[in-house]
Amino acid sequence: MNLTDIALLNLRRKKAKAAFVLAGLLTGVATMVALMGLGSALTHEINHKLEKYGANILITPRSDQLNMSYGGMSLGGFSFDAKEIRQADLGAIRKIKNSANVAAVGPMVLGRTEAAGRPVLLAGVDWGEARILKPWWKLKGKEPGLGQVAPGAEAARLLGLTTGSKVKVAGRELTVSGVLEPTGSQDDHLLFMPLAPAQEILGKQGLVSLVEVAALCKDCPIEAMVTQIDQALPGAKAVAIQSVVKGRMEAIAHFKRFALGVSLLVALLGALVVLVTMMGSVKERTGEIGIFRAIGFRSSQVMRVVLTEALILSAAAGLLGYLAGHLAGELALPLFSQDGGGHLPWDPSLAGAALVLALVCGSAASLYPAWMASRLDPAQALRTL
Amino acid sequence: MSMIIARDLVKTYGKGSSLVKALDSVSLEIDAGQFTAVMGPSGSGKSTLLAVLGALNTPEGGTYLVDDIEVFALGSDKRADFRREYLGFVFQSFNLVPYLSLAENVMLPLAIKRLPKRQKLDMAHTALERVGLAGKEKRLPSEVSGGEQERAAVARALVNQPPILLADEPTGNLDQANTHRMMELLKQLGVEGMTIVMVTHSPTCAGYADRVINMADGKLIGEESGVTLATACAV
Repeated sequence: MNLTDIALLNLRRKKAKAAFVLAGLLTGVATMVALMGLGSALTHEINHKLEKYGANILITPRSDQLNMSYGGMSLGGFSFDAKEIRQADLGAIRKIKNSANVAAVGPMVLGRTEAAGRPVLLAGVDWGEARILKPWWKLKGKEPGLGQVAPGAEAARLLGLTTGSKVKVAGRELTVSGVLEPTGSQDDHLLFMPLAPAQEILGKQGLVSLVEVAALCKDCPIEAMVTQIDQALPGAKAVAIQSVVKGRMEAIAHFKRFALGVSLLVALLGALVVLVTMMGSVKERTGEIGIFRAIGFRSSQVMRVVLTEALILSAAAGLLGYLAGHLAGELALPLFSQDGGGHLPWDPSLAGAALVLALVCGSAASLYPAWMASRLDPAQALRTL
Repeated sequence: MSMIIARDLVKTYGKGSSLVKALDSVSLEIDAGQFTAVMGPSGSGKSTLLAVLGALNTPEGGTYLVDDIEVFALGSDKRADFRREYLGFVFQSFNLVPYLSLAENVMLPLAIKRLPKRQKLDMAHTALERVGLAGKEKRLPSEVSGGEQERAAVARALVNQPPILLADEPTGNLDQANTHRMMELLKQLGVEGMTIVMVTHSPTCAGYADRVINMADGKLIGEESGVTLATACAV
């Protein structure tokens, strides 16, 4: 028999009151866990998408002449005729300070030519890098090799090309190795070839029109990498393509702030439930506290009994609240996720935070009732019996 | 040798015209091992005297020494320690904690002592055995009779082996048989060297004491021996 035993025995005796305190704190903790868990899951989802996103840095020749767009994104001053980037210089990208974050470097040569008697935009790409940079590309057929070409879906339709058909490009007869499935981007209008033959056809040996770089990982220092690439390639201009991702991340950041606010509010309500219930409990136990004081309990020891009860309930609320919040988050995730699925990972740090929140709220809300109990005059307290 | 020395104790309640002097310059000395009964009508101040002797109530004036310790010079914590080490309380309404078993109630004063659990259990068992409640350790207060509850309260007062037992109307809620049994128990404790101060309305109960102090209007108005009173009551 010690002070903890007394606290435990009282909790066991007053199950309804204990359950009420537990439910108050548990609701607060579960709300916090569910909302924070959802925020983390959505952040994880966007990070995952970011990694699948493809190129997020675009390098173009530094120019102030013509503007054009590619893939719906603005390229700075860019002219096919004015300047190109020397392919030999691209090795510098692999030597920048944050080169470890570079997942792929995809040079592309672009130029106007004729195919089947019609003007087309010919693109030469490194197909090995393109697999990383354009994971959404799907070919009906095979990737083009030497003497082969792969038109975009719209180009194939306009030129009447199918896999295996022949097409004359700049006076050379090439075989269609595959047709790119519709992407909804400008890629649908291009003819694709391996880089070297395209450079030869366009008369741009050793030159590339633009370079796509994938620097794809969570928390990549994109802006720093852009600066480093700018310095490594003085004749080129690097641009970070992050607007969509940033917008989504901003929305998630807003959600997280909202979640934190709601969590704190619900936790506060939980603490109020604890405060009111513990105050009632102390008043109800005035006589009992009088006995404790009469038989020699110090004020601090009376306080410890009340606080121990609160801490036991708080710890239970923290653990059960984490489980309940995790379950609620799992159930709510399909409503928030763009994929409509996924799951909340078990997060020890969130579990720890839930426990700490419950303990802090529970003990803070019990401090005043405990102090009141410790200040009870034993003679007066005994008179209530 | 005096165990308890109280001098000029003053305790008032209320203010102005409603001021009541519950203790009006009360002085008394009680020897170690003496069984003292305090008698008087309701409102005479006897329960206040007991509360002051129990360091539960602080008087406005006077000094109070127990075993040469000036009790009201002690701070709150030290006074709690004093109550735990020197005093055992038995209240009229038993004052057992309802959700604790008899053994757990008896162990309450030991809850803040750093003793092995086994030792605490043994001490509680011994105290319960001493008051004739062996075998009822696990019963809740609501599961035993009033007399047994009162004896459990005495066991709780004894478990710490304090030198002084303060009892406030310990038989107020007991029938005749249980009253007799309780008084025999207190008398025996006195014989064994415990200093006992008991507040009572009952001359029969006071007859078990070595010494009977009479109070009225907050003052000590006289005293007699318990034997004298018992003889008078018998007559």
